Amino acid sequence: MSSATAAAGSIPQRKPKMGSLEKQRLWGLRGSFAALSVFVVIFLVPPFYMIMTSLKSSAEISAQKGNPWIVQNPTMDNFIHLATDPSFQRYFINSVWVTALVVIISMTIAILAAFSLSRMGFKGAQVLSTGVFLTYLVPPSLLFIPLFQIVGSMGLINSTWVLVLLFPTLAVPFCTWIMIGYFNSIPKELDEAALIDGASYPQILIKIFIPVALPGIIAATIFAFTVAWGGFLYPLAYLYSADQAVLTVGIVRELIRGDVFAWGMIMAACVMAAAPPIIVYTFLMDYYVAGLTAGATKG
Amino acid sequence: MIIGLKIYPTIYAVFLAMLDRKMNNFVGLDNFGFMLSRPSFQLVVFQSCLFAVSAVIMKAFVGFILAHLMHNIRGPSQRVWRGLLLVPWVIPLSLSTLTWWWLFDPSYSAFNWTLNWFGLETIPFLGTVWNARISVIAVNVWFGAPFFMIMYLAALKSVSEQLYEAAAIDGATAWQKLIYITLPMMRNIILITVLYSLIVTFADFDIVRILTNGGPQDGTHLFATYAFSVGIQSGNIPRGAAVSLFMFPVLATLAFFVLRDVLNRNKEVSS
Repeated sequence: MSSATAAAGSIPQRKPKMGSLEKQRLWGLRGSFAALSVFVVIFLVPPFYMIMTSLKSSAEISAQKGNPWIVQNPTMDNFIHLATDPSFQRYFINSVWVTALVVIISMTIAILAAFSLSRMGFKGAQVLSTGVFLTYLVPPSLLFIPLFQIVGSMGLINSTWVLVLLFPTLAVPFCTWIMIGYFNSIPKELDEAALIDGASYPQILIKIFIPVALPGIIAATIFAFTVAWGGFLYPLAYLYSADQAVLTVGIVRELIRGDVFAWGMIMAACVMAAAPPIIVYTFLMDYYVAGLTAGATKG
Repeated sequence: MIIGLKIYPTIYAVFLAMLDRKMNNFVGLDNFGFMLSRPSFQLVVFQSCLFAVSAVIMKAFVGFILAHLMHNIRGPSQRVWRGLLLVPWVIPLSLSTLTWWWLFDPSYSAFNWTLNWFGLETIPFLGTVWNARISVIAVNVWFGAPFFMIMYLAALKSVSEQLYEAAAIDGATAWQKLIYITLPMMRNIILITVLYSLIVTFADFDIVRILTNGGPQDGTHLFATYAFSVGIQSGNIPRGAAVSLFMFPVLATLAFFVLRDVLNRNKEVSS
């Protein structure tokens, strides 16, 4: 009896408290928005400045007057100049060519490797997939000097083919790792049923695994694309003539000559080189994040 | 084949590192000994450790805060915020570092213009050793924090809502929820991302190479950039190989722990 009255007595007291809790939550939400806005502003300073500078003429930059954050006389000259510049076109084509080949090669190897590691069930598959993961942890800067000698003796130095050979070594381990995860999540009954119906392993792979694991394939493809498009150390070390340079190296090395920095031009080149990854990520971000964080949500 | 492309160079690197400059005499461990005795190399060791440890701690911290802020915001707008915050991570690092360099530029720095506008002194961002070190770390944090954010956000989403409700009924404060629920539930993912990021950051090349190229006074060289300048620019390939091999023990230790954790998790998940 007494407990009931106590409870009844406490209800009116709690009511304003509930309201304040909701208010608290609302303020928490607003606080989150405010704090996030601050972070977004900080994080977007360099890209913003990149775009601003790319719209400035050389005269405006060298005058060094006024507010550097805002462009006074926007001009597209830098972009037009670069788009018609044969050497910049060359870098762009090289980058596209290398990236396309690297993505195709890496994904072919990764899908086949992941399929065999996840399904064929031979001895040592576990050890091998651990080994694949281990190679992913080898950073490019550890081995670039011996590789310099090796590709030199293969006669590939200063050729974009060296990138086509080496970038997959960076991309394949992680792509395989993602794909193994996705393939393992496909129930065994599915391919057993297909086997009973007389399907061969290649048929199972093409007709069942690839369609079902498509999100994983997209995530892995984006990873391979990122590695090949943004790679800097390997092209810097192994490609020295301008006609073989890819975008990252071409911009850093060829556009910076002597003491004169054509910053407007450099930034315009950066905007153009950064555009493809940003476009890719805008549309496929969800797949990539899901692929990357698949491990994080598991446990 | 891929594994071969990594193992063979490693063995070859050990062999290379034991040759003399013209690469026809075997000198044993002299290159390693020589490096250890050089003050500029000792600076490299110091700077690499400082860079990796401080950058990773800050990245993890910023990423953790961001993930929590994002987690508070539900609904479709979260996607937009996430997209905006991931921009630093999406732009190829060498290109965004160029932009940072331009922001730090000694003659016409946009940051210094802003500081002057507020009536503050001009800071030579890349001019002194410590300023340059801090700048390099700042750029790395800017680039790496979004990665931590998405990993932690995914981990936060996987923490069961019931745990928080139970804690709220027991009268736990926000701080207690963080210490007793969030951190233990995220322990694994925090550990793995930090270890993984330590490896990547320790072996980082792009930022230092473009932003300072090791200067001023070799104060910002990391293992990778020092190996590049010794091995490829000065043409002393064995010595360069020796420099990058100094990374090996550290990386191997870190990789061992990452691997152990990942395998443990896989076992937990499958059982």
